[in-house]
Amino acid sequence: MTAGPAAWAASPSELLMKAAARAAGRRRSTVRRRLTLIIGLVMLAIAILACVLAPLLVSQSPTTLDALHPLAPPLSHGHLLGTDQFGRDVLARILYGGRIDLAIAFGATSVTLVGGTLIGLVAGYLGGKVDSLLMRLVDLFFAFPFLVLIIAIVAMLGPSIFNMFLAIWITSWVSYARIMRAQTIVAKKQQYVLAARALGYGRTRVMLRHILPNAASAVIIFSMVDAVGNIILAASLGFLGLGAQPPSPEWGTMISDGQNYILTSWWLATWPGLAVVFVGVAFSLIGDGLADLLRPGER
Amino acid sequence: MTAPGAAPLLSVRGLRSYLATGAGVVRAVDNVSLTVHEAEVLGIVGESGCGKSVTCRTIMGLVPAGLAYSSGEVIYHPHGPRSILGASQAELRALRGAHLAMIFQDPMTALNPVRTIGDQLLEAVTAHAKLTRPEARERAIDLLTRVGIPAPARRLSDYPFQFSGGMLQRALIAIALASSPRLLLADEPTTSLDVIIQDQILSLLLSLQQDTGMSMMLVSHDLAVITEVCDRIVVMYAGQVVEEGTVADIITAPRHPYTVALLDALPQPGRQDPQGPLRSIPGSPPSLIDVPGGCRFAPRCPLAVPECQTWETELLDTGEPGHATRCWRHDQVGRDPAGKVTE
Repeated sequence: MTAGPAAWAASPSELLMKAAARAAGRRRSTVRRRLTLIIGLVMLAIAILACVLAPLLVSQSPTTLDALHPLAPPLSHGHLLGTDQFGRDVLARILYGGRIDLAIAFGATSVTLVGGTLIGLVAGYLGGKVDSLLMRLVDLFFAFPFLVLIIAIVAMLGPSIFNMFLAIWITSWVSYARIMRAQTIVAKKQQYVLAARALGYGRTRVMLRHILPNAASAVIIFSMVDAVGNIILAASLGFLGLGAQPPSPEWGTMISDGQNYILTSWWLATWPGLAVVFVGVAFSLIGDGLADLLRPGER
Repeated sequence: MTAPGAAPLLSVRGLRSYLATGAGVVRAVDNVSLTVHEAEVLGIVGESGCGKSVTCRTIMGLVPAGLAYSSGEVIYHPHGPRSILGASQAELRALRGAHLAMIFQDPMTALNPVRTIGDQLLEAVTAHAKLTRPEARERAIDLLTRVGIPAPARRLSDYPFQFSGGMLQRALIAIALASSPRLLLADEPTTSLDVIIQDQILSLLLSLQQDTGMSMMLVSHDLAVITEVCDRIVVMYAGQVVEEGTVADIITAPRHPYTVALLDALPQPGRQDPQGPLRSIPGSPPSLIDVPGGCRFAPRCPLAVPECQTWETELLDTGEPGHATRCWRHDQVGRDPAGKVTE
């Protein structure tokens, strides 16, 4: 900004020009804010495409053993990222394993997002006994250490990918329900909700069309964080042997298997670890971008 | 203007609405009776917190259940002789919007900020009528044209923040009128708007009322607004009706000291008065939690005598048709041209 004695002497048209320049600068910064979202989406798209198109990208199968070259370092014997202790191609295992991890990120998160949001919406809007009942249920889940609860459920049902989904569905809707309930209670006191009721709209319509669009931004943003959390959770469960079962590839299982060789063959655990980081960063950027986009008054 | 002897559309009898708050029970509406006739504009006037808005919301069944206790009768005549107070939610939903509509004080917050005007208007248009998408859109554009929004087809895709306050209130009026209600409750529709826009919105409401033949209940704390558009006036004070009559009666021959004080409080440029052009009513309205016995205006009333504190108040006939007052000394209430209360 111009300082000094000349600033106050600027003519009105100059001041207007400056204001216009500032406004243009603001518009650029809006684009820059969208950039976070765009970069996140591009990264996620790359990850999804790479996993879906894995057969086209790598010639090796994730389970074929190259018995002659176990623990081959990257860029040797035709293995771009090296091989593991059984001689399986690490790149192929990462790409095929990513299918499971991304399925968890989307499958587990979307179900809990929708379920938890609707439960929170109903609890917050109806209040009273329904609210008390649902929220005590939520408290019950929060009273347990989250990971322990999931491990207990998976252990009880038997380790498998589907049971891992089930365990996440059963437990993680509670965060969404609690966030959505708080947002709903704020939104339902707004005058536009009263106005909607004054027009004779039914409860379902008021909840879904008048409260949900205003209250959903927080849970949508949280779901991006939660998607990262679910990938790490899947990796953790895989690490503990409760997720994907060998020989099917999964990032957590790969890291777990690789830890025995971390001092001699760093590539076993490092590449899948970086894959987790890549997808995690993508979801975080999307979450940040959405937070900016959905913030009231910024449209 | 009302034809004399028009049929009543909405009758409210002995309406009470008590609200539970942390500090105690607020007797926001205490035994209010009023009637809105067909094609009539009824004005309700009173200070802030005298129960005007709660009266409207109680009629619409919009007071929060569990926090409010309501009794009395609200009879909407086209719906039959049974009181709609405490009717089932389904019954109320069928009445709201289609028969009774309401517009709110602050247009900035009465529209959903994340949905377009068109989306919300189309929703209102189709809420109580089966229309195809193009029909609904046509009706929405027609409504926006009628409330005076230029280039309505283009503005359907605008968000509320792209509208000015006056435009928003017009859009809200369009939404309220979407299902052609018989009675429009306008709760301080112009309070948050500037004076010029106020005037435009009032004339719009009045012309729409005359075109459609609907009835209107206009709530305001501004007596100037009320006298401009209404046929009859109900003056409320501390949750009660203190005076009721035609505009002419209330303006020229008020029979309650509170009405007189309200009229005096209207700024009159050039008024020769040692106090200057602005005059207020000394004191403040009583708390509606511990309501004093006797006449509720007595502590602020220049005419008060000790008996006022014990008088069991009731609406008394003044002699003129349809003019009633809650003052037993109404014979002595008058208004001299200088605007001073005389005894």
